[in-house]
Amino acid sequence: MSGPLAETEGAPPAGGSIDYGRFLDCVHCGLCTAACPTYLETGNENDSPRGRIYLMRGVVDRRVGLTDNVRHHLDLCLDCRSCETACPSGVEYGRLIEPFRIDMKGSRAVGWFERFVLHGLFPYPRRLKWALAPMRWLQLLRVDSVARWLCLDRLLPGTLGRMYRLLPRLKPVAARLPEVLPAVGKRRARVGLFTGCVGDVMFSHTNQATARVLQANGCEVVVPRQQVCCGAIHYHSGAAEPALEMARCNVAAFPEDLDAVILNVAGCGAMLKDYGQMAAEATLKDTAMCESLAGFASRVKDISEFLVELGPRPPLGEVAWRATYHDACHLAHAQGIREAPRKLMEMVPGLELVTLPESDICCGAAGSYNLTEAEMSDRLAKRKVNNILSTGADVVISGNAGCTLQLQAALRQQRRSLQVVHPVDVLDLSYNTSNAAD
Amino acid sequence: MGKSNDTSAGTGGISGELIRRFQAIVGDDAVLSATDELLVYECDGYVVEKKLPDVVLFPGSTDQVVEIVLACNEFDVPFVPRGAGTSLAGGCLPVGGGVMITLTRMKEILEVNLQDRFAVVEPGLVNLHLTQHLAGTGFHYAPDPSSQGACTIGGNVATNSGGPHTLKYGVTVNHVLGLEVVMPDGRLVELGGATEGLAGYDLTGLFVGSEGTFGICTKVMVRLTRDPVAYRTMLGIFETVGDATRAISSIIGEGIIPAALEMMDQGIVEAVEAAYGFGFPLDAAAVLLMEVDGLEVAVDEEARRIVEICDQAGAREVRRAETQEERQLLWKCRKQAFGAIGRLSPSYCTQDGVVPRTKLPEILEFITAAGERHGVRIVNVFHAGDGNIHPILLFDERDKEQIARVFSASDEILGKCIDLGGSVTGEHGIGVEKISFMDRLFSSDDLEVMGRVRAAFNPKGRCSPAKMLPVAGACGMEHIERSHPGKQAAP
Ligand SMILES: Cc1cc2nc3c(=O)[nH]c(=O)nc-3n(C[C@H](O)[C@H](O)[C@H](O)COP(=O)(O)OP(=O)(O)OC[C@H]3O[C@@H](n4cnc5c(N)ncnc54)[C@H](O)[C@@H]3O)c2cc1C
Ligand code: SF4
Ligand code: SF4
Repeated sequence: MSGPLAETEGAPPAGGSIDYGRFLDCVHCGLCTAACPTYLETGNENDSPRGRIYLMRGVVDRRVGLTDNVRHHLDLCLDCRSCETACPSGVEYGRLIEPFRIDMKGSRAVGWFERFVLHGLFPYPRRLKWALAPMRWLQLLRVDSVARWLCLDRLLPGTLGRMYRLLPRLKPVAARLPEVLPAVGKRRARVGLFTGCVGDVMFSHTNQATARVLQANGCEVVVPRQQVCCGAIHYHSGAAEPALEMARCNVAAFPEDLDAVILNVAGCGAMLKDYGQMAAEATLKDTAMCESLAGFASRVKDISEFLVELGPRPPLGEVAWRATYHDACHLAHAQGIREAPRKLMEMVPGLELVTLPESDICCGAAGSYNLTEAEMSDRLAKRKVNNILSTGADVVISGNAGCTLQLQAALRQQRRSLQVVHPVDVLDLSYNTSNAAD
Repeated sequence: MGKSNDTSAGTGGISGELIRRFQAIVGDDAVLSATDELLVYECDGYVVEKKLPDVVLFPGSTDQVVEIVLACNEFDVPFVPRGAGTSLAGGCLPVGGGVMITLTRMKEILEVNLQDRFAVVEPGLVNLHLTQHLAGTGFHYAPDPSSQGACTIGGNVATNSGGPHTLKYGVTVNHVLGLEVVMPDGRLVELGGATEGLAGYDLTGLFVGSEGTFGICTKVMVRLTRDPVAYRTMLGIFETVGDATRAISSIIGEGIIPAALEMMDQGIVEAVEAAYGFGFPLDAAAVLLMEVDGLEVAVDEEARRIVEICDQAGAREVRRAETQEERQLLWKCRKQAFGAIGRLSPSYCTQDGVVPRTKLPEILEFITAAGERHGVRIVNVFHAGDGNIHPILLFDERDKEQIARVFSASDEILGKCIDLGGSVTGEHGIGVEKISFMDRLFSSDDLEVMGRVRAAFNPKGRCSPAKMLPVAGACGMEHIERSHPGKQAAP
């Protein structure tokens, strides 16, 4: 029964280009299993990191074919990298699943949703802004609530309906940030601000807050107009070429002499920090380009990480909330940032931070996962909301736009009125209240 | 679940009728029977031997387990329980194929009773999840195997797991009050219970450590342990392994029972230091990680005595973890030690043996000599307090000849453990891996008695055949030849 099950002889199997040593790094101990959100839900090892590595290796070894079952278990992976945190042997799971998926894509036609919405719309703030304009109007006129109430939104075709339900109450798009914002007080650093694409349209207020907080901490903030999408949506869905092109644009957009490039969206942060590796994977011939991508990546910092390193100006205004902190996967697992945001929040007077059970288990957002793997995404969102509700908090703090959308939608669905905010929103609020009191 | 049935079925030994029966019992999404989905179930943490089960089931309740077992009996097929599959001895290998009953969906905490200090849990609950659930109550579940973040309470019961803190608090059997068990013939029994000193045979104690050969446990009543008020964690640095083991013997000889007493030799320290940068000295022959816990007043006195003893034994230095962060980092270094081994060698194989504590210097000398004799590099990390050694043999799995030498060295080391009055497993169990040692460990009379006990629980031998005892069960044991040890995790 355990003989090879090769689909076709000759043609290289999916994953054939992956350094085989990466598979051997996994000693099959199973210590990662309980860290994996999908395994926690299904209890099926095929949905666990150890199982997925085994499946991928099985395909490479031609012990199993790239069957629908195998695809299903690999597609169900959130790429949340919780397994990397758990693995004592230092297996870099992301370096297995990502190239493997790229190969898997190669052997399957791309669907309309991926082509037009994920790749054609999401990465472009301007197109997205236009696409969302009718929604803003509907929301303004409250038509959407009525529609939602009448469950008319259920009539929208599958994925579109989910997208609709994910949409937050859109705040009016704030005025565009100027290209340069001066430091308040003595200048301590000169930084670039990466505004993101989806984030910039739906959470422009958080970008504004980030800029203000940076300024208040003595940073001159540069917001290059030429910056583009980080490329994560493409990269993670296997479209390596366009992702690399976006990386090149971003490197060109940000001046080289900046002390840091700051982000407030964990997903984009993880991507930008990965530019060096991405270049290496794409086996770029252009070594100068490889170096500048790696150099750029080394200057990328999440806002919380940066502020804690810089030494933040103490927030003095009171923010009397009972709040809980959700660890975004792309912050905790991909970037290893867990303490910094908590440290910042603990500095805010009046803020009571309650521990969230399973705080670092994925909420099911995982980039576009909530649109492509709807059922599992919903299960994980529900799990997360139950954990949140168990804390009795009124506010959830999370450092990633994708998580915020997912959490807001899940809370709305359960008719809960908890707010979901970014750590920098809290800091900004505290600074503002203390300024107002001065 | 988007399942396809187009794959050639792996259900070689099982009829379609039985599969349909299982589907009726547990539901379609709790049955795996296509080869591509069975593959990951062909081995556990022990990768040397592999065998596909014919079908994998995920029951959601005790009733379902009963019905599955009844059906297996009716159709005369073997079955084997599986938890998280972290066994390092091949405990989950479905020898002879058959049905794998995976308990990972039965993971509820059914009751927590702080007054009477027990909890009732389902077997698929992850060990650490119980302790996390109890956080803030002042209680915890004491057995803490290094794999506690993943392994299940049911698996712990079956293998009688230990961990660093079992030196003081005891192994799993000391913390299990009662069990609900589906017997191999499908009957449901309750063993033990919350009250102490129950009449009759202590069948709970007998079941714990039976490695799945006495039936499937579906509920566990565990004892809860009060959190210690205070800890003192120390790091002793020694010039020779002999000095370190002398210190260990004196500490225990003095009547001090540390919560943990762990030793790492130079090789492992080198790897851990590279991984976590704790500041371990790289030239010391051995370091001891020592922890005492208890009441605030008592721990200082015990810690002081330990420092004194280490000094007398010739320690170069004894450091204390001053903060909670430092303590946590020290424990992380110890518990994740093996993860760092990947930095020393592409493949490794961990052994698990026990010797009387006083024989530690002797076995360590022997290990070093065996390594030299066979040209295999060996590093050591172990639960020194209870004489449980874990020599880790480093090699390259692509080199067949090296692999043969690793086997020879391992066998000699384990043989020596037996000669010194010890055993070939401290905590990983016999499984299939160490079955060939059983007749060296026990007399034929001993084995015969054990066989009769098993026959009382498992007369047909359908439940976990060919495990633990060298006598095969009813099904022919398709013993797969020991080809290579692969890269194996260490505890
Ligand atoms: C890195 C690493 C470190 C480890 N460290 C330790 C350690 O410090 N101490 C230690 O003791 N062990 C250790 N182990 C071994 C292993 O984790 C333990 O034996 C653990 O108890 C197995 O639990 P599991 O849920 O993974 O069981 P599995 O591996 O799934 O099964 C183990 C055995 O139990 C049986 N079984 C499982 N569930 C049931 C049930 N409900 N009813 C009846 N039988 C059942 C199986 O048939 C099998 O024989 C380690 C393993 C690894 C990989
Ligand atoms: S990925 Fe890491 S933790 Fe998981 S099985 Fe492999 S080695 Fe063990
Ligand atoms: S990346 Fe996340 S979902 Fe995927 S295997 Fe790892 S832990 Fe599981």
